Amino acid sequence: MITNGGDRRLGWLMLTPALLTIALIAVFPLLWTVWESLHLHDLRMPWRGRPFIGLANYVEIAGDLRFRGALVRTIAFAAVSVTLELALGLTFALAMNRVFRGRGLMRAAILIPWAVPTVVAALLWRFMFESDTGIVNAVLTSVGVLDSPVPWFVGSISAWVPVVLSDVWKTVPFVAILLLAGLQNIDRSLYEAAAVDGAGPWWRLWHITIPLLRPALLVALIFRTLDSFRVFDLVYVLTGGGPGTATEPVALYTFNTLLQNLRFGYGSAMSVVIFMVTFGIALLYIRLLGEGERAASGVS
Amino acid sequence: MATIELERVHKTYPDGHVAAAELSLAVDDGELMVLVGPSGSGKSTILRLVAGLESVSAGEIRIGGRNVTHLPPQERDVAMVFQSYALYPHLSVRDNLGFGLRIRKQPRQLVERRVREVAESLDITRLLERKPAQLSGGERQRVALGRAIVREPQAFLLDEPLSNLDAQLRVETRLELARLHRRLGATMLYVTHDQTEALTLGARIAVLRNGLLQQVADPLEIYRTPANRFVAGFIGSPGMNFLEGVLRDDADGTQRFEGGGLSLPLAQRRSVTGEGEPVTLGIRPQTLTLMPALSTDEPGTVRGVVNAVEQLGSEQVVYCTTTGGERLVAVVAADAAHTPDQLVSAFVPPDEVHFFSARDGVRLHD
Amino acid sequence: MTTIARTSRGEWAARIVLAMLVLLTVFPFYWAVVSSLTPEARLFEQARLWPDAWTLEHYRALFDERDFLTPIRNSLVVAGTTTIFCIAFGTLAAYALARLHFRGRAVILGFILAVTMFPQITIVSPLYLLLRELRLINTFPGLILPYVTFAMPLTVWLLVGFFRQLPRDLEEAAMVDGATRWQAFTRIVLPVATPGLAATAILTFLYCWNEFLFALSFTLGPERQTVPVAIALFRGQYQVPWGEILAAAVVASVPVAVVVLLFQRRIVQGLTAGAVKG
Repeated sequence: MITNGGDRRLGWLMLTPALLTIALIAVFPLLWTVWESLHLHDLRMPWRGRPFIGLANYVEIAGDLRFRGALVRTIAFAAVSVTLELALGLTFALAMNRVFRGRGLMRAAILIPWAVPTVVAALLWRFMFESDTGIVNAVLTSVGVLDSPVPWFVGSISAWVPVVLSDVWKTVPFVAILLLAGLQNIDRSLYEAAAVDGAGPWWRLWHITIPLLRPALLVALIFRTLDSFRVFDLVYVLTGGGPGTATEPVALYTFNTLLQNLRFGYGSAMSVVIFMVTFGIALLYIRLLGEGERAASGVS
Repeated sequence: MATIELERVHKTYPDGHVAAAELSLAVDDGELMVLVGPSGSGKSTILRLVAGLESVSAGEIRIGGRNVTHLPPQERDVAMVFQSYALYPHLSVRDNLGFGLRIRKQPRQLVERRVREVAESLDITRLLERKPAQLSGGERQRVALGRAIVREPQAFLLDEPLSNLDAQLRVETRLELARLHRRLGATMLYVTHDQTEALTLGARIAVLRNGLLQQVADPLEIYRTPANRFVAGFIGSPGMNFLEGVLRDDADGTQRFEGGGLSLPLAQRRSVTGEGEPVTLGIRPQTLTLMPALSTDEPGTVRGVVNAVEQLGSEQVVYCTTTGGERLVAVVAADAAHTPDQLVSAFVPPDEVHFFSARDGVRLHD
Repeated sequence: MTTIARTSRGEWAARIVLAMLVLLTVFPFYWAVVSSLTPEARLFEQARLWPDAWTLEHYRALFDERDFLTPIRNSLVVAGTTTIFCIAFGTLAAYALARLHFRGRAVILGFILAVTMFPQITIVSPLYLLLRELRLINTFPGLILPYVTFAMPLTVWLLVGFFRQLPRDLEEAAMVDGATRWQAFTRIVLPVATPGLAATAILTFLYCWNEFLFALSFTLGPERQTVPVAIALFRGQYQVPWGEILAAAVVASVPVAVVVLLFQRRIVQGLTAGAVKG
């Protein structure tokens, strides 16, 4: 396309409103957070002012067992959720790829969990797991899987079950649709040629589908890992982080520190740590995606 | 109508690829010049440079004598017919046709009148209220043409306008285009990779390869006296046959070509090349005569075996491999009896051969 | 095993899997709807798949006693206004990024992608302090401003995907016909890109409607709380009012479900246009 001065000027002009908005209210706050993290700023104790304390907050974080626990829990949650979501999402995508009738209606129906507010999802699942006579307990005991109803939200491990299930329920549809789009891009004649050559369905899955689906898988992986790591809404409503801090992810701990304990300096430092980890994960994946594309184009 | 002039136009892309190399070309007022070349030769790029859709790295472009090199497309007063037609999908045919005039704020009555006239001349009046999605390929092509004609521009640029049509429609549309050109007397720069279109449509043909002009001349001259081996092989179907060899001086002052199983005496000195200098001999398939193989390699003939025969009804195309291992194609009468694996001798008429330097492909003048 | 025999078996397996998927997807909603129509006292009795007593008391309480219309209004105002701003600014930016050549384009695209990956929690505190300074806590602008920042990168990203899919020669034809870049953009590109704009608007609106963290942090009371916050903070006098909570959940979900059903094709287009490109 022509690259004259007029185009350049128009380009910047068109870009400015959006860019300015993003920069002003996303970048500057981020920088502010970093700056804030180097200060002591406790709104409950305004007489102490806002002195510069260097990396003292970060040192405190390193020794903060509750933060460490939250980080470990968040990573574990992300690992389990993402694995389940990808496996189930792929299964459903493969199934949807096979069946032609009613595809539009099906896509619409399964998109609804993804589209409703996370808060709603959390409440629905809380209700199902609540109480000895909630539907989950009722069904599992009557079927015989459980001997007696489980107080799900009282146990440190059992409280994670509704959290993981509701997260998976909410996002598997999105992953399935993403992967379905990727599947539909794969040329059917590859499968036919392999079948004629005598390859069974597992071989076809492993050697054709998954390699060609790699870009879509990685995209799904990136988005879901980042989203899992940032989880907040779900846990806030479902368990409040409890019992105690058994299901508290880093975002919730940071939120409590900031807006309940009002320790802005310390909370900002936590925010920065979360940001760095998120950034690191994103970079890792983007590098993997780039390599994957290079490898894939080499193969084909 | 106006002339189109490119003067030492050079276009390099950031990755180093040279699309046009110091190219100079002039299209006369009212002329239909065809820019032909294989894909990647830069012909579409040159068209886009003239239209203003890409900027030149160096050189000057003039339309009607006006220097437009640094003007944006909307100020150059040219019309372009895209390979994909690029009809505005959300506008009716009528609005598509009138878009250019309305954007220049022409009075409504003028716009309506011109649209009506052009629609009638292209026989698309009944399509005026339809949207492009409802038209066939041929109809869309006519709307694309109509959109250009309505504007009465200084020149027309056509980017492979026939390549999306099926074979029969292509021939019909080709004739219509020629008729249209005659009627309008328009200056047209026409880009194609199809050498048949080039030969049939162009008043002059410009052959392009890798951004360099190979030859600019009228069809007959290009066919009869191609400037280099590339042009010789590109223009004409089936393509010209080539044999590698050397020119030897004979005792009586004449020359002889030797190579590829052929020994061809030449009546007069055909070239100023030195003795033993490697040359490429070119001979068109239509000028070869095939006969059952002779027992020896007579001068002026080359022996070979038939690989395949294509019967076209009006003639036959016979594909052979010579004893020297080179491929030879001959066009002969439809009823001549040729079968695969038959041994033949091909008679090469010395008056019809072309010679090119084996080093750089340039034509060696007789 | 021949492939042909396996096909119909494979097809049946697929159907069963999908039936399970639909069942698992729908069941929580079904259960919520059924329970929201069940009297409070019966809610945790012996679980029944089909209740024998119906009541609308929860829905009535929702709108009469809890004034649920207010959070709905708040959500509509905030999500609607944000979407309008995001589309207006985002369309311009996305076109510039998709089509126009200028230095730094790739960097800006990368930057925008990076911002979509920000953890929201990271900028909650400075935004809170800023809004507090500007006295915008618990106001409409106090929510719209942060929402625009967080939705804008998403909007731009989606729109860039759509604009890139449009064939270039439409704009080129318009320019050769005499249109300036801007005219080509407004008269040709925008009308043709309308489906993409619609999809992006829908996705942006949903994104804002569902947002929780900012709404929780920057509002104080029911006058400005949005739907997700209002539902999450339902308090009963003696016990958790599950009947009303579920009624509210249903009310919050129905418009979303309707939108998704109506526009599912557009929505999927929007999601995959940006994502598959990678």
